[in-house]
Amino acid sequence: MIASEVVEERVQIPLAAEVLSEERVAYLEGLINQARTAAAVFSQFSQEDVDRIVKPMVLAGLQQAQHLARLAVEETGIGIMEDKFLKNMVATEFVYNYIKNNRTVGIIREFPESNLVEMAEPIGVIFSLTPITNPTSTVLFKCIMAVKTRNAVIFSPHPKAWRCCAEAVRIMYEAALKHGAPEGVFTCLESHTLQDNAYLMQHKHVGLIDATGGPGAVKAAYSSGKPALGVGPGNTPVYLEKTANVNPAVVDIIISKTFDNGTICASEQTLVIDHEIYDSVLKKFADLGAHICNEKETRLLERTVIDPETGFMQPVAVGQKATDIARFVGLSVKPDTKLLIAQIKGVGREHPLSVEKLFPLLAVYRAKSTEEALKVCIDVNHAGGLGHTAVIFSRNDQIIRKFGEVINAGRIIVNSPGSVGALGGVYNDLVPTFSFGCGTGGGNSTTDNVNIYHYLNIKRVARRTQAHMWFRVPNQIYFNMNAVENLRNFPSRSTIIVTNPALEHMGHVDIVRRYIPEQTHVHVSVIPDAEPEVKVVMQGVEALNFYEADQIIALGGGSVIDAAKIMKLKYESPDADLEELAAPFLDLRKRVVRYPTEKVHRARLIAIPTTSGTGSEVTPFAVLTDKEHGRKVTLADYSLSPDVAIVDPQFVMSMPKGLTADTGIDCLTHALEAGVSSYASPYTDSNAMQAIRMVFKYLPVAYEHPDDAEARCMMHNAACIAAMAFSNASVGVNHALAHAFGARFGIAHGRANALMLPHVIAYNASVPSKFMPSPYTQGYVAHKKYATVADLLGLGGHTTDEKVKNLVTAIEQLLDRLGFPRSIADLGISREEFERAMPELTKLAFDDPSWRSNPRMPLMSELADLFWKAYQGRGPAKVDSMPQQQTA
Amino acid sequence: MAMTAVWQTIDDERVVLDLQTAEEKLDGAEGEVVLDFSSVHRVDPSAIRALEKLVNTADKNAVKVALRNVNVDVYKVLKLVKLASRFSFVA
Repeated sequence: MIASEVVEERVQIPLAAEVLSEERVAYLEGLINQARTAAAVFSQFSQEDVDRIVKPMVLAGLQQAQHLARLAVEETGIGIMEDKFLKNMVATEFVYNYIKNNRTVGIIREFPESNLVEMAEPIGVIFSLTPITNPTSTVLFKCIMAVKTRNAVIFSPHPKAWRCCAEAVRIMYEAALKHGAPEGVFTCLESHTLQDNAYLMQHKHVGLIDATGGPGAVKAAYSSGKPALGVGPGNTPVYLEKTANVNPAVVDIIISKTFDNGTICASEQTLVIDHEIYDSVLKKFADLGAHICNEKETRLLERTVIDPETGFMQPVAVGQKATDIARFVGLSVKPDTKLLIAQIKGVGREHPLSVEKLFPLLAVYRAKSTEEALKVCIDVNHAGGLGHTAVIFSRNDQIIRKFGEVINAGRIIVNSPGSVGALGGVYNDLVPTFSFGCGTGGGNSTTDNVNIYHYLNIKRVARRTQAHMWFRVPNQIYFNMNAVENLRNFPSRSTIIVTNPALEHMGHVDIVRRYIPEQTHVHVSVIPDAEPEVKVVMQGVEALNFYEADQIIALGGGSVIDAAKIMKLKYESPDADLEELAAPFLDLRKRVVRYPTEKVHRARLIAIPTTSGTGSEVTPFAVLTDKEHGRKVTLADYSLSPDVAIVDPQFVMSMPKGLTADTGIDCLTHALEAGVSSYASPYTDSNAMQAIRMVFKYLPVAYEHPDDAEARCMMHNAACIAAMAFSNASVGVNHALAHAFGARFGIAHGRANALMLPHVIAYNASVPSKFMPSPYTQGYVAHKKYATVADLLGLGGHTTDEKVKNLVTAIEQLLDRLGFPRSIADLGISREEFERAMPELTKLAFDDPSWRSNPRMPLMSELADLFWKAYQGRGPAKVDSMPQQQTA
Repeated sequence: MAMTAVWQTIDDERVVLDLQTAEEKLDGAEGEVVLDFSSVHRVDPSAIRALEKLVNTADKNAVKVALRNVNVDVYKVLKLVKLASRFSFVA
């Protein structure tokens, strides 16, 4: 920023069209039309076409670098010709070196591992404001960027740098046109007013405003309602830390602060020096040609080069030599003085020289400690320099990192000159630029060094990624009668058997003990026959710790096995927070909470189920009752899966009929829901289909003939096989409904599932009102998969509709045969009571994670509808008519 | 029913000249002008100006202008300069 641009900030931004003459509007419209046509035509150009134009433009700029530098100094009276020449070289050669191999047309980047491709789309017409401080270099830079990105630019130079900028535009335009660029690709406003700028900034055919200049121009750009790159003022703090190499640091600062008489807004403004080296640093500056001002001279400078009203620098001083400034204010300095140094005691309005000074005057501050130095740098940073540039000289990496953390600057330049360093490509690998993005701190949209990518719309072509899937089950499953004998194969020093009182009473524990190797110390932990509570689990963990167990045998139904899973978790990872681990998630692999991997102990978990339904012996789930808060907590992670499952039907031979039916239907529901799940895979399908077939064949037999060992064995296996399917494919909306209903009315899980099942199948087989987004499935196939089940069971039917109906009917017949109630009403729950419960039921069901893998995304209203259908009860199977193309 | 009054093939090497020829034929023409762009690979600003002039003349004469076989790149240019809506496009 320079002072004249500061003045511009105070000028009210006019509403353009109100004050422009018809002729002027016609002129501006002509410019727009020309640029728009050029940009449109440019869109047809290939990368090779573009690159063929860019190189000659760069060469033309290089050839005219001195001519343009001379023009700029003559016209603006600012800066040094030799330095402006260097700027023009950087703006052409260095920028070209960065962009020459970069693609800006068509595909510009590819990410094969992510199936992503980035493609370039030009912006169209760019309206560009250029500054007085770096006039020609900024024009060269922007012209090259524009052609490389196939855009057209209308330039509006600073009024006091118009002639040199117009000449730079002419040189670039002629070179571009000669090598094939579209006519009208660059134009430069003739002598213009703020009204012209406002008109163009608000024009519907301008795609982007690129405003490099003072805060007024930047603010106007951002206020226009157009996408804008507004990059403006700075106030660069420099920290010269005591470990720095002083000699090169001082030289770098002098290079930077005197470069083009300090006109680059990234140049050093206030130098903070550690007191240990303060005096030697000032002496070094003096030795190298700086004038160290005394207090009186400092006061004089404060009054003269800073506007006492605004607190900003005086325009007249911008870009002037140190000796000229000294002469102007009445200081006596040596004729070869390069730099004026004024010592200040603080930052802010009371210390006028702590602001941005785009001339060779550097404020310095003595810091008594690193902390004080950092604080003063923060103060400078916040006194007009937010987001811009900061500099540190140090050999202490920790302090450099701390400086980077506390200073808000798009460029933190380390051990090199601020101004030339920030330009990029000279002292570091920053992207070469003449526009410094200052981020939100500076009211800008970017902190980047503005470059070709800011002149492009970048399109991302995202191809569908084939989702990685999995099939994870315990690596050892022993099954069939007397499979428990395999316990002999598991050596253990100390084993805890977790079970419940009934099973101990029935002698099941004794059977298990019989096969545990003799040398093993065995302790039995009996827990209540209910879903485990936190308190019970923690008592079990105490026992595990006391006996230093290396093996846990869970003998029981789902509740016992779940309890053992959580005991193992807390035993191995005492710091595991069950509350946190139960946090909801949508995708198992992307969940926020990760289960612990570092373990204090290691214990083998062997699960021996005594019911044929939950499948907990192979699942990664565990349900815990939190009585204190009156709720259930579901944990899910493959680390919870038992290490070994022993599926021995001798432990289920005495299951009561009701339990046989309930658990058997739970098993069927697992298999059916896994079969149509959005996570279903050929691996889970094979298990689901086999389990369904086995349930239909053996469940009625096991129910009606409890002593039939084959039926018991097959149902026991079916439960485990179905669990392998849903451990990997998960369940669906049936479970969400059953969990909610079971919890609210105290109904057994299998029974609750049975009440919902026919209605859910009809629901899932219908055209969804809302499809479930899922990367795992291709199209909607639930109805077809139900039809496949019907085929597998030999239920007949010619169309998908008929097959689904037949499946529902077969399930209803099975439920009748197993003596299940036909409706919720049959359970004795009144309509009024059910109606009262409905809001809570639907909320609970919707909160339940089970439906996340359902093929159809349930709406709250649909959940209520399903509850009411279950209340009213099943009758003849009803399936909504499917459109023909869905069933084909 | 509209009659096809003019059928003009536009040569890629002389787009502007061919468009000017087509425009000259518009005076007194009736119905529709079909400009065959099959061989046009790219248009430049002068071609855009010629197209704009032609369509203005066509409007005055109440003649519709159809562009045949315009390639995608040229079609996009016409969209960008807001000219596409003034033509009909035929394959």
